[in-house]
Amino acid sequence: MIEYIPFIVVATMIFIGLYAVLFRRNLIKIVIGISIIESGVNLFLITLGYREDGVAPIFTSLPPGTTYPAGMVLPVPQALTLTSIVIGVAVLALMLSLVMHIYRKYGTLDVRKIRRLKE
Amino acid sequence: MSGMSKIVKTAVNILFPLTMIFGLYVIAHGHLTPGGGFQGGAIVASGCAMIVVAYGSKWVFKQIKEKRLSSFESIGAVGFIAVALLGLVFSTVFFGNFLAGSSLLFGTIPATGSTGADFNTGGVLPLMNFAVGVKVIAGLFVIVLVMAYASSVKEWDT
Amino acid sequence: MEKRTIVAVLVFAIVAVFFFFSVFMVHPFGKPGQVNMDDHIIANTQNETGTNNAVTSVVFDYRGFDTLGEATILFAAVAGVLMIFRRVKQ
Repeated sequence: MIEYIPFIVVATMIFIGLYAVLFRRNLIKIVIGISIIESGVNLFLITLGYREDGVAPIFTSLPPGTTYPAGMVLPVPQALTLTSIVIGVAVLALMLSLVMHIYRKYGTLDVRKIRRLKE
Repeated sequence: MSGMSKIVKTAVNILFPLTMIFGLYVIAHGHLTPGGGFQGGAIVASGCAMIVVAYGSKWVFKQIKEKRLSSFESIGAVGFIAVALLGLVFSTVFFGNFLAGSSLLFGTIPATGSTGADFNTGGVLPLMNFAVGVKVIAGLFVIVLVMAYASSVKEWDT
Repeated sequence: MEKRTIVAVLVFAIVAVFFFFSVFMVHPFGKPGQVNMDDHIIANTQNETGTNNAVTSVVFDYRGFDTLGEATILFAAVAGVLMIFRRVKQ
């Protein structure tokens, strides 16, 4: 059981984000939910790449007694997570800009009222 | 919004150079220590966002135009692609590491295993780190600046 | 009950069941499945790219095209934000 706890945390984070996306009516809260889902996915990628008692894959002054490659965590999931984080920031900025524009145009953030066509 | 109180401005004046130095250190040592272009760029951009918070976005807009920032971002992107294309010219493939193993800049190959930090290694990776760092600094700062300015203006010219 | 709420509850329940069973199907924490590519990268990053940092060598050398696409996305996002706010009076 104990070795599954990181995956349970990942699933819980994705649930929380999905709940916010599906059941909230406020656009800002939906954006927060999407951001939480993104954090859960990033955590899942990092969790997949962990190796037991591994150190970071950087050779500058390694801790003495480290064996490589068996004693280092996997570098490829970390690099892809780095890519994913930057994409997440860009998408978050674009979503918040659209939300600001919608608020100026409609005067509300409720998705039920925005759904109706204006004018 | 014309900025916050004098206490906040003084604290930001002290903290801003330290943040800048730390971010540029993370960018420059991206091939030796944890970090790189993206992370250091995010640190420097958050330092610039601190300036926006303390002094107000109108004051910052008087100092630097958004056109200049977005041209900095384009310079970073063009530099990144140019280094990759130089790999196509001097090596065999796109993104080829043509500087590693040569006697030029950043050309030393480090010894295998745990080594000290030799700055003169890495081939084209420090150059790419620098280009991406410029790009991320300008991109994140222009996003924060424009959004702060738009939320402080009452009337939009729609 | 609204139609939208029923659909939302259905989607939430399906995803919940899916995740609950898939959590116990992944390999245990700390024992990754396929490690050949990562072992090759860790063992050869100092000879091939001359870099001490394996993550940076993956980002900029082994998988440079990913970084190129990601830089494109950042550029597109900045252009989109500037386009949305272009009518704001200076």
